[in-house]
Amino acid sequence: MILKTENIDKFFHDPNEFQVLKNIEFDVKKGEFLSMIGKSGSGKSTLLYILSTMDTDYSGKLFIDNQLTTGLSKDHLAEIRNEKIGFVFQFHYLLAEFSCLWNVMIPALKLGKLCEKEIEQRAYQKLEILGLKDQALKPASKLSGGQQQRVAIARALINDPLIIMGDEPTGNLDSKNTDIVFDIFQNLTQNYGQTIIAVTHDEDFAKKSDRIIEMKDGEIVKNIHSR
Amino acid sequence: MNINSTIAKTYIFSNKKLTAVAVLGVLLGMSVYIFMNSLLVGFDKSSNTSVFRNTSHIRVYKDDEISKVLVNDTNENYLIINPKVVPNNNTIINPKMILETILKQKEVTVAMPQINTNVFYNNGKSQIAGISVGIKPDEANLMYNIKSFMVEGDLDLLKSNPNGILIGSGISEKMNLAINDNLNLTSSKGISRTFKVVGIFKTNNSVTDKTKSYINLSASQQLLIQGDSYITDINVNVTDPEIAEKVAKKLTQITGYKAEGWKQANETLMATNKMRKMIITFVSLTILLVAGFGIYNILNMTVSQKINDIAILKAMGFKGKDVIRIFVTQAISIGIMGVIGGVIMATILITFLKRVYLGGDIGYFPIDYEPQKFVQGIVIGLVITFFAGYMPAKKAANVDPVDILRK
Ligand SMILES: Nc1ncnc2c1ncn2[C@@H]1O[C@H](COP(=O)(O)OP(=O)(O)O)[C@@H](O)[C@H]1O
Ligand SMILES: [Mg+2]
Repeated sequence: MILKTENIDKFFHDPNEFQVLKNIEFDVKKGEFLSMIGKSGSGKSTLLYILSTMDTDYSGKLFIDNQLTTGLSKDHLAEIRNEKIGFVFQFHYLLAEFSCLWNVMIPALKLGKLCEKEIEQRAYQKLEILGLKDQALKPASKLSGGQQQRVAIARALINDPLIIMGDEPTGNLDSKNTDIVFDIFQNLTQNYGQTIIAVTHDEDFAKKSDRIIEMKDGEIVKNIHSR
Repeated sequence: MNINSTIAKTYIFSNKKLTAVAVLGVLLGMSVYIFMNSLLVGFDKSSNTSVFRNTSHIRVYKDDEISKVLVNDTNENYLIINPKVVPNNNTIINPKMILETILKQKEVTVAMPQINTNVFYNNGKSQIAGISVGIKPDEANLMYNIKSFMVEGDLDLLKSNPNGILIGSGISEKMNLAINDNLNLTSSKGISRTFKVVGIFKTNNSVTDKTKSYINLSASQQLLIQGDSYITDINVNVTDPEIAEKVAKKLTQITGYKAEGWKQANETLMATNKMRKMIITFVSLTILLVAGFGIYNILNMTVSQKINDIAILKAMGFKGKDVIRIFVTQAISIGIMGVIGGVIMATILITFLKRVYLGGDIGYFPIDYEPQKFVQGIVIGLVITFFAGYMPAKKAANVDPVDILRK
């Protein structure tokens, strides 16, 4: 079990009190490719940010890699994210002033387990997997949208995280780039044992994944294993 | 290099214009601060130098007394209407012993009896009113550094010639007197005596130069028709002028005579110095503060611009303190560049102004490289930069990545 929730509830108090998540209980196995679908406003993003440990304002329990993360300090959670979780968002959030290579290297430099030379080599590897080796030294801002998203994925992979989380990671991509990203994710789960949790609006994308969780009004209404 | 510093460096160099503006702000603030404060020290030094050419650090003399009730061991209340100054003579009794007691104090460097006499200088038909100061040449030189402002003749000739006199350059010009000329003095007691000019001095204080002369102590006593135990003042110098008031208090207790420090004796001058100090300190600190605001503003702007970067860095595992380091490093780097520039600029300004001749009582522009003010400026500059950077950095550290990333 790589991730597990117990009875997670969350309320928003502003502008008026309302329960955005109700009794969320599910678990994710190592190597699973999980899609989260549901209408806009059903609470998918809110749930994902809780799972990511960035949002700590909830009740219930969250376990990552068999460790209870609920109640840990912000700094401790930051360390867990750095080491165990990779993120891909709808927008790439690359640092515009850095080259693609440096963008990919930053989380590994933060982790500090390898020296700069080794990290650089790894970053080149990741970029190669994503077909961007020749773009490595260009500034991140000079790439096309699809390329930028792939650099963001390379960055999410640099520390070989246990879980990669995505909030509509293909939301801004055309179908060709969407397919590329899907294949990369699938490859990661099948060949490297990494786990993917991706919020998506794309039905085809979801159908091709291992499992679909559907949300409605803050509750999980369907939990389907497609394979 | 640490990743936080790398990011800070990249931000600094990717926005060269903003960085340059902030650096320039610090540079100007810094140089003005150092410059103005060095000038302040210069002013004080030059004003002290001219004060100590005429004034000793401490003056010991007999104070006037107000008449008091003679009987104090009764329960009756005595009332004296219209109390008057007791018609006492104002000489110091047993000056030799007092002098020895004073010299025993470890802070005291020189102590010397001195008699100031109001006189008329007469030469042919011209007459000038002035003050003749009776001194012991060796001690007086130690005290007032007379030799440093002699323009002609020699102070030591006063020792070998009991009728020698040292006159101010103003008197010499007005009365057309040169070395070895004779000059007649008339005292307030009506005694007239002829002296021989052995030296001419110039203090750059025109009033002093037009009125003052130095003669032997014994000659002064003779002008006042007094014996050689007649002493009204003992002048004392101490190791550091700043401790004069403290030592004066002690001397009052030990000797029983009134001892007055130079600051007390020069209250108006001290007030002027204080005012100047307050204004310069206020203005120069304000300028540094404004430079600090510059950094604060620019960093605030950077934080707003880079809010997405901050959010993703925090998502990827950067802690609050990492974010603080990134922005404080930026501020400190700007500060250091500005401080270095400011020090260079201040040095150039001072070097230039030092050579400007103003003339009059001042001479050259009274400024010098004051290491203490340089250090002070650098420290204050860096402290202000640190806080100017810390506040926006703290704001950045508190950014909630969820708020930014979910948009
Ligand atoms: N910071 C917030 N304060 C109040 N309500 C919020 C906030 N963020 C999201 N919501 C509300 O919570 C609900 C769930 O939002 P979200 O998780 O973004 O849905 P989804 O990602 O499934 O579209 C929505 O109704 C949204 O308006
Ligand atoms: Mg959403």
